[in-house]
Formats: sequence, C-alpha cells, structure tokens
Amino acid sequence: MKKLIFYILLIAGASIFLYPFIWMLTASLTPENQIGNLTFFPTKLTFSSYSQMLGKIPIGRAFVNSIIVSSAVTLGVLVFGSMVGYALSRLEFKGRNLIFYIIIFTMTLPFQITLIPQYIIMVKFGWVDTYWALIVPYLMNAFGIIMFRQYFKSISQDLIDAARLDGCGEIKIIFKILWPNSIPALVTIGIITFMASWNEVLWPLIVIRDSQLMTMPQLVTLFAVGGAAESQLGVKLAAATMLALPIVFAYLLFQRYFIQSMASTGLKE
Amino acid sequence: MKTKKLIPYFLVAPYIAHFLLFVAFPVVFSVILTFHQWNIISPMKYIGLANYTRLFQDKFFSQSLANTLIFLAIHIPLQIIIALLLAEALNQKIKFRGFFRAAFFLPVIVSGVVVTILWQQLYGFDTGLFNKILTALGLGRIGWLVDPSWAMPSIAIMATWKNVGLYIILFLVGLQTVPAHYYEAADLEGATHWQKFFRITLPMINPTIFMVVVLSTIGGFSLFIEPYVMTGGGPLNSTLSAVLYIYKQGFFYYHMGYSATLGLFFALLILSVVAIQKKFIEKDK
Repeated sequence: MKKLIFYILLIAGASIFLYPFIWMLTASLTPENQIGNLTFFPTKLTFSSYSQMLGKIPIGRAFVNSIIVSSAVTLGVLVFGSMVGYALSRLEFKGRNLIFYIIIFTMTLPFQITLIPQYIIMVKFGWVDTYWALIVPYLMNAFGIIMFRQYFKSISQDLIDAARLDGCGEIKIIFKILWPNSIPALVTIGIITFMASWNEVLWPLIVIRDSQLMTMPQLVTLFAVGGAAESQLGVKLAAATMLALPIVFAYLLFQRYFIQSMASTGLKE
Repeated sequence: MKTKKLIPYFLVAPYIAHFLLFVAFPVVFSVILTFHQWNIISPMKYIGLANYTRLFQDKFFSQSLANTLIFLAIHIPLQIIIALLLAEALNQKIKFRGFFRAAFFLPVIVSGVVVTILWQQLYGFDTGLFNKILTALGLGRIGWLVDPSWAMPSIAIMATWKNVGLYIILFLVGLQTVPAHYYEAADLEGATHWQKFFRITLPMINPTIFMVVVLSTIGGFSLFIEPYVMTGGGPLNSTLSAVLYIYKQGFFYYHMGYSATLGLFFALLILSVVAIQKKFIEKDK
C-alpha cells in the first residue's frame, strides 16, 4: 500500500515535468481555434500552425545557422581544449602553473563583467552580423581544458613514449594516440559544449540583427516577444517545438551521456 | 632540441591569445569604461566617478538587486527541498528509475526560450492551467505574471522546474557516497528515518548542498531570457533582473559606460556572495 502511494506520487511528479512538453506538441498540431489550454487530444490534427510559422520566419535557415555555429564551437573546444589539456598534463614548461591559474580564474569570472567589452570588440572588428561573432569568442572553454587535463593524466605514459619512439610529433600524439583513448572525455565535453551553444540566446541577441544569420533560439525568442506571433498561440508553439526537437531527439538517443555529462559540469567546483 | 622546447608554447598559444583578447582585455577595459560615458559612435568622454554615484542613486538598479534577492530567496530553498526529495525517492529500490530520472531531467536540456513560452501559457490569467485548477478548486485566480508581487516568485518557480533535474542527479551522486554501514549502525541504535536524514545524510551531502547554492546563486544573477520573454521586466519592474538591466542600459540606450559599471558591480557582488556562502557552509560543517 505504501509502495503504491509512493509510485502514484512519483508518477504525478514525472507528469509535472512531462506534461508541458506533450501539451506543446499536441497544441502545435491542433487548429488554432481549438487550442484550449488543457486539451490533450485534439479532434483534428493539422500542420497549419507549422506552415504559417514557416511563412513568417526563416526557421530552416536558423536551423542551419545553429548547426554551423554549434558544430564549429564544439570542434574548436575539442581541438584547442585537448591541445592545452595535453600541454598542462604531459609537458614540462615554464609558466605552466601560471596558465593553469589563468584557466581557473576564467572559470570563476562572472560573464556580466565581460559582456559589454566583448560586444565592443565585435563592433570594432566589424564582426556584428557575422558568424565570427557567434563562434570565435566561444572557441576556448576553461571547463573543457580542465576536463581534458584530468582525463589525459589517467592515460598511461607508456602509450605516449611508444608513439614518440615511432617518431610521432606532439600534434599526432594528441589526435592519433590520445583522442582514440579519450572517447568518454570527448563525448562529455562535446555534449556540454554543443548544448550550451545551441541554447545560448543572450549573446546572439546582442551581436546578430540580420534575421538570415540568427540562431534558432534567437529567432524563436524574437518571434515570441515581437508582434509577429502574438495573436496566434499555435504558431508560437510550433516555433518552440521546432527549437526543442533537435535537442530532445539527441537526448533520447544519448540520454545516459547527457545526464552524466551535465552532472560532471556541476561537479567541477 | 630548441624547437622541442617551444612545442608546449605552440600548443597553448591559441588559448593565451584568446584569453588576452576575450577575457583579460575585456576585464581591464570594463574598469576603464566605468569612468566614461560612451555610446560607441561618438568619442569616449571621461566623467570620473559619475557612473558610480549614479549607480547608488539609481532606483532601477536597487530594484533589480531586490528582485534578484527575492528570486534567490524562493528559488534556492525550493530547489534544495524538491531536489533532495526526488533524489531520495530515486535512491530507493524502484522500478523504472531510468524513466523517472530521464523525465525529471528533460527540462534541463531544453532551451530556456521553450520553457518560458510554455510556462507563459500555464501562468495565463484567464486560460492558464494553474488558474483553471485554482478556480476548479473554488479558489480565486492569481495574477501570476501580471501581479507585481507574484511575477518574480512565478519566475522563480519556473526556474526551479527547469533546473531541478540537474540537482536531483547531483544529490543522487552525493547520496550514493554515504557509506551504507552508517545507516546500518543507526538502525541498530533504533534511529528514526528523520534522525538518520538529519544526522547522517545531511552532513554527508553538505558539499553538494554548497554546490547547489552556488550554482543557483550564479543562475539568479544571470537570469535574463525568462523575464525578457515573459514580462519584459514588468509589471512595474518587478522582474527586472540584473542581466536584463545591464542589457537594457547597454543595448537599448547604448550607455556603454553605465552598463559596464552595472556589470562590474554585479560580478563583484556574485564573487563576494559566493565567498560568503562558502565560509558559512564550511563553518557549519
């Protein structure tokens, strides 16, 4: 009996987390005049909200922009992060500790302080309304470096020595020897970086004004805030669904990795 | 041999260049900006401490600070209690644990924009789910987003719903580090469930609680997209958050100097609040 109540409460809890998403999906497929806020099962399914939304905002283009930006950022964080992580964990050089402290410093630095100056840099570089503004400031990530450093420390030195004897250069060691042995670190850092980049909205709002260059969350935000969708809830929800789908889809495929990765960001302290 | 010595520097060079350009320079420049008035287009004008004196008289600034504190006062306790409860539940021997964990975690991965659009509907005054439930129960409606005293608490509740999944996982990790024999020993002594919770579990997961408090605090000071989409900072500036105010000063009015002053001040505030929390919780230990 006690067990039953426990499960009922747990299921009620889970539905609180799931209900809004299910409602979003069904409501976006319901004819506009039938979207009551509680209805779960529409009498008629229609894609009219989606086709209207497609006519109002360049969401397909925004999807491509988001893919380009998030992929480039993720690739940069993985490549540069493993280079620095390798140098910090495996090579001896003057200033190594200094660089380590710099990385810790950037991790604790609140972004509020750099926001305005970073925008001014973008203006001075002429990067406003370009992909550069969305990609370059995010190419390095202190958290990624620390994770690579940690992970590379756990890889046997013999492996590296053997590669050196075979005449491998340091770059080759990182990408040909260490990378294949660091899949969990690559997946974790990759997921966190991609997701953070995909969901970022404040920075795009600041540096992108041209709707053809907007990322998906930015476009949907402006669509929801501006007058374009105001009167039509279904269209707004269709846009929100399009924004949520790619990440939810990836989440369903790689759920375990998502949860582990996100939990490890919390554990960085 | 000489080139070999240079290899580490070659590997860290891109990072250092990036650090100097996007972190070190902005920090220095933001301090310089606080002594100037600038709209980016016309030349910078030195105005001494005027931005600072303005800051301390600015009622929107004090309002945004107060709003953040209201947010934190609701968000942090709510977050800890719900996350601990659900983590405890998931830590039992239950069926479909993976499903429940995945469900609680779903809002964490979805964009804040999506969550905000959804909750805007749930909070609707006439047609929102919450008010429909309240009226069905014979209670009065609440102006979730239109009543100035409810708007920030409403956003705090939504933010808790969005983030709690992450903290459930963190607490779950924390709970699993508590050695089982502690509980077995307590059982032998005849300890109640609550005694075990307060005497064993809570002290053992103190580091996790600290982390949750710190991350939530930083989150509260970084609040932006939720008020931006839901309320625009209203009603009556009751949801004007720190970052929303920085954003408005910087990108609405182009007051770069004053906006940088706000940014610097909030950054220092975050760092000191976190330092105090650290002291407090470590002393408690």
